[in-house]
Amino acid sequence: MTESTNSERRSAPPGETGNTLVEPPETPVPEEPVTPPSEPGEKKVVRLGDRVFQSVATGSGIFVVAIIAAIGLFLLVRAIPALHANEANFLLSGQWRTGDPENMAFGIIDLAWITVASSLVALILAMPVAGGIALFLTQYAPKVLARPFAYVVDLLAAVPSVIYGLWGALVLAPVLKPVAVRLNETLGWIPIFADGNVPAGSGSNVFTAGIVLAVMILPIITGVAREVFARTPAVQIEGALALGATKWEVVRTTVWPFGRSGFVGGAMLGLGRALGETVALTVILSYTFEGPHYSIFDAGATFASRIALGSAEFNNNLTVGAYIAAGLVLFISTFAVNAIARWIESGSARGKE
Amino acid sequence: MAKRLDIKDLNLYYNKFHAVRDVTLQVHARSVTAFIGPSGCGKSTVLRALNRMHEVVPGSRVEGSVLLDGENVYAPGVDPVQVRRTIGMVFQRANPFPTMSIRDNVVAGLKLAGVKDKKRLEEVTERSLRGANLWEEVKDRLNKPGGGLSGGQQQRLCIARAIAVQPDVLLMDEPCSALDPISTLAIEDLIAELKKDYTIVIVTHNMQQAARVSDQTAFFNLPAVGEPGQLVEIGETGKIFSNPSQKATEDYISGRFG
Amino acid sequence: MRTDTADIERPASAPAFQHLGLGRRIKNHTATVLFGLAFVVAVIPLLWVLFTLVRRGLAPMLSTEWWTHSFYGLLPNDPGGGIYHALVGTLEQTLVCAVIAVPLGVTVGIFLIEYGRNSKLARTTTFMVDILSGLPSIVAGLFIYALWITTFGFDRSGFAVSLSLVLLMLPVVVRVTETMLTIVPDELREASYALGVPKWKTILKVVLPTSLSGIITGIILGLARIMGETAPLLILVGYSRAINFNLFDGPMASLPLTVYTARKTSTEAGEYRMWGAALTLVLLIMLINLLATLLSKLFSVKTR
Repeated sequence: MTESTNSERRSAPPGETGNTLVEPPETPVPEEPVTPPSEPGEKKVVRLGDRVFQSVATGSGIFVVAIIAAIGLFLLVRAIPALHANEANFLLSGQWRTGDPENMAFGIIDLAWITVASSLVALILAMPVAGGIALFLTQYAPKVLARPFAYVVDLLAAVPSVIYGLWGALVLAPVLKPVAVRLNETLGWIPIFADGNVPAGSGSNVFTAGIVLAVMILPIITGVAREVFARTPAVQIEGALALGATKWEVVRTTVWPFGRSGFVGGAMLGLGRALGETVALTVILSYTFEGPHYSIFDAGATFASRIALGSAEFNNNLTVGAYIAAGLVLFISTFAVNAIARWIESGSARGKE
Repeated sequence: MAKRLDIKDLNLYYNKFHAVRDVTLQVHARSVTAFIGPSGCGKSTVLRALNRMHEVVPGSRVEGSVLLDGENVYAPGVDPVQVRRTIGMVFQRANPFPTMSIRDNVVAGLKLAGVKDKKRLEEVTERSLRGANLWEEVKDRLNKPGGGLSGGQQQRLCIARAIAVQPDVLLMDEPCSALDPISTLAIEDLIAELKKDYTIVIVTHNMQQAARVSDQTAFFNLPAVGEPGQLVEIGETGKIFSNPSQKATEDYISGRFG
Repeated sequence: MRTDTADIERPASAPAFQHLGLGRRIKNHTATVLFGLAFVVAVIPLLWVLFTLVRRGLAPMLSTEWWTHSFYGLLPNDPGGGIYHALVGTLEQTLVCAVIAVPLGVTVGIFLIEYGRNSKLARTTTFMVDILSGLPSIVAGLFIYALWITTFGFDRSGFAVSLSLVLLMLPVVVRVTETMLTIVPDELREASYALGVPKWKTILKVVLPTSLSGIITGIILGLARIMGETAPLLILVGYSRAINFNLFDGPMASLPLTVYTARKTSTEAGEYRMWGAALTLVLLIMLINLLATLLSKLFSVKTR
C-alpha cells in the first residue's frame, strides 16, 4: 500500500509533461492572442497537470484515512485466531502464557491495571505542574524569557523514552526509595499505598513509572495549555484589570475559565501518550508473576511493555496474535482517548471564538 | 493588441448571496475605464469576474458573459488559465513573490509558462521595468529580493510583472489605496502611459483619481442593504463628474454619501 | 493642583489609591510563586537527565575507537567498543523513513490546505492525522509486523523499522506543512493565477517555496523525534553488534536499540557502552535540532 501510492506520487510533481501535453501551441509565446476554439458540450476546462496534481493530493488524503482503517483491520484479523485458541478469558484473566501456541492462556486484566495506574499517577502529578507552567509562561514570565523558557520545556519532549527509562530505573528509583518506603509505612492503611506485589523499596514499581511518565507527558500538556491560555481575549483580561483585579484574580476569573476545557483536552492527549508509552516502562517496571495488589507499589507490565517484553517469542502467528490482541486493545483505548481530547479541544475553540 | 471588453447581463454570486446584478457595459480598447462606488457595491467583484479570478473563491458562481473582442471568456471549453494570461491584474496590496528576485518577479509569468530563453527574458525584464517606470531605480539590483523595495516600488514591480506577459487588458484593483501620495502620482502617470498600449480597467475609491486617469467612468451602487450591487450608469468621465444623469451618482460624487 | 482648600479637605478624603487587602496580596504572591515553581519543577528532571548522561557517557565520546568501531566480538567484560554500527543503522533507518514520509506528508498537507478546504474528506483526514499522531509507537510496530512480516512474509529488517517510523513521522510532516501553507497569504496565490499560472504550478513554484523554510525545519525536528524511538525496533529488527549496511537483510543495530540491549549486560564495560550510546543518541538529536535552526535561517525568505 505504502509502495503504490508513493511511486504514483513521485512521478507526478516534477511534471513539465502535464503542461506540455495540454497546451503545446501557446506555452512559450504569450504574445499571441489567446483565442482557444470553444468546444460546446465540454463544461469546464481543467488542465491535465491540475487534474493529476489534484488526484494525487486527494489520493494521499484518502491514503491517510486508509492507514488508520488498515491498522484496526490488520490487528483485528491477526488477533482473532489467537483469541480463538485462548484458553483463558481475554478480558478478565491475569495470566500471560503464550510461548506454546498449542496451549495459550492470556488475559489483559493485570496489564490494564498497571497501564491505568501508572498513567493516572502520571496525570495527577503532571496536570497541576503543566497548568502552572503554562500560566507562568503566558501570564507571568517576561515576554523576552517566555520563548526560551517554553523551548526548555519542549526539550523534555526531545529526550528519547529509552533514556527516560534508564534515568528512571538507575538514577531516580534509588532516590525515590526512601520516599516510597515512607509513604508505604505511613499511608499503608489506604489501599492504594498498601504493600504491592514487590517491596516498596524496590523502585521498579508503578510509583517510579508514574513519576517518569509525568515528566514525559509534561511538555505535551504544557504545550496545549500554553496555546489556549495565550488565546484569552485581551479585552477580557483588560476588563478584569480595569476593575482593580490582582494578577491572580485575572488568571482565576478570565484566563482559567477561558482555557479550562482546552487544558483538559491537553491532559487527555497526555493521557493517550502515557497509555501507549513503551520502552521507559519496560526498563523501569520489573516483571513479576504474582498478581497485582492494586497498590501503586505494584510491579508488572503495561499493555505496551508486555508486547515489548514478548518480542523475543515472536516466532509463530498464534503467539504474535496474542500480543496483537493486547495491541488492539491499546490501539482502541488510545484512539478513544485521543478522539475525546480533540473533541474537547475543538469544542473549546468553537465555543469561545 | 489592446482589446475591447463587452460585459453582458453579468450576475455574480457567493454561494447563495447575490453580489452583483445584471451588469452590462462596454470597455473600450486603449482607454482607461474607472469603476467607482461605495464599499460593498460589487465593483471589485465585477473586476475579478473579467479575468475569471472571481471563481477562485470557493462557492462563487457567474452568470452572463464577458466578451473579449467578441470571444466569451466564459464559453465552455475556455481555459481560465489562458483568460488570465490575456487579461492581467494588479492587486490592492502589492504582492511580489517573496522568494524571487526583482528580475524573477518580473518574468515570473513567462518562466512559469516554460520560457527558458535567457536573452528573451533579459529583454522582457528591461522592457517591462521601463514600461512600469521602475527600470532606473532597480537596474543595479535586479538580483535582490522584490520584498526589499518600498511600497510604491513594489506596486510598480507588480505592474511590470503583469505587463511582462503582454496581456491585452490590464485590470487594477485599487492599486494605490495602500500608497502614499507621491507613489500614487507615479502610478497615475504610469497608467496614463500604459493606456497607449493596453485596455485598462481600474477600481478606485478615490474620485479625484478616477477623474484624473480615466476616460470613462462606471458608477456602481447598492440599492439597499442585503440587495445585490448594480451598475447605476456609465459614461464619459467628464460627463459623469460634471453632469451625471442619475441622482444617486450626483449624491455620491458630491460626497453626500459613501 | 494647588487650591486654598486643599489643606482643609485632605484629612477628610480617602487616600488616592485603595490599598489591597492583605488576603488578596498573599493569594496573589502565593500564586505567582507557585507558577514559577512549576517551571522549576519541570527543569529539574531535564537537567538531571542531561547531567547523568554527560557524567556517565562522556568517557566513550572522547575515544576515537568509539566513533570508528562496533561492538563486534566483544565479551561482556571486554572494555572499549564503538558506536559506528548503531550510527549507521539509525541514520539509514531515519533517512529511508524521511524519503517515504516527507513527500507523502507534504502532499497530504497540500491536499488539506489547497484542495480539501473543509470538505468532508479533508475533515476526516485531519481527524485521522490527529489519531495517527497519538498512535503508540508499539502499535505502529505491531501493525507493520502484522502487515509486512506476517502477511507479506518478509523477514524482520531495518526497512520494516523505517516503515513503522513512517507512521510516526507522517502526522508531524502533515501538521507542519498545513501550518506553513496556511501562513502563505492568498494574495500570492492570486497574483500567480492572475499571471495565467495553473494552480498546480502555483502550488509548486510559488506557495511551496514561500513556506519551504518552515516546512524543512519542522521535518527535521520531526526526524530528531523519531530517531529516539525504540519500541517498534524491538519487534521489527534483530540487534546486531556488527556493522550492517543492508537495510533489507539481517539484524541491524541503531542507537536506541543499542542502549536498550546494552542494559542487559550489567558489567562495567557494558554500562560504559550503554551510557555512551545514550549520550551519543541525545547528542545526535541535539545536533539535528541545531541543524534545523541553521537551515531555517538559510532558507528563510530574504527581503534585502
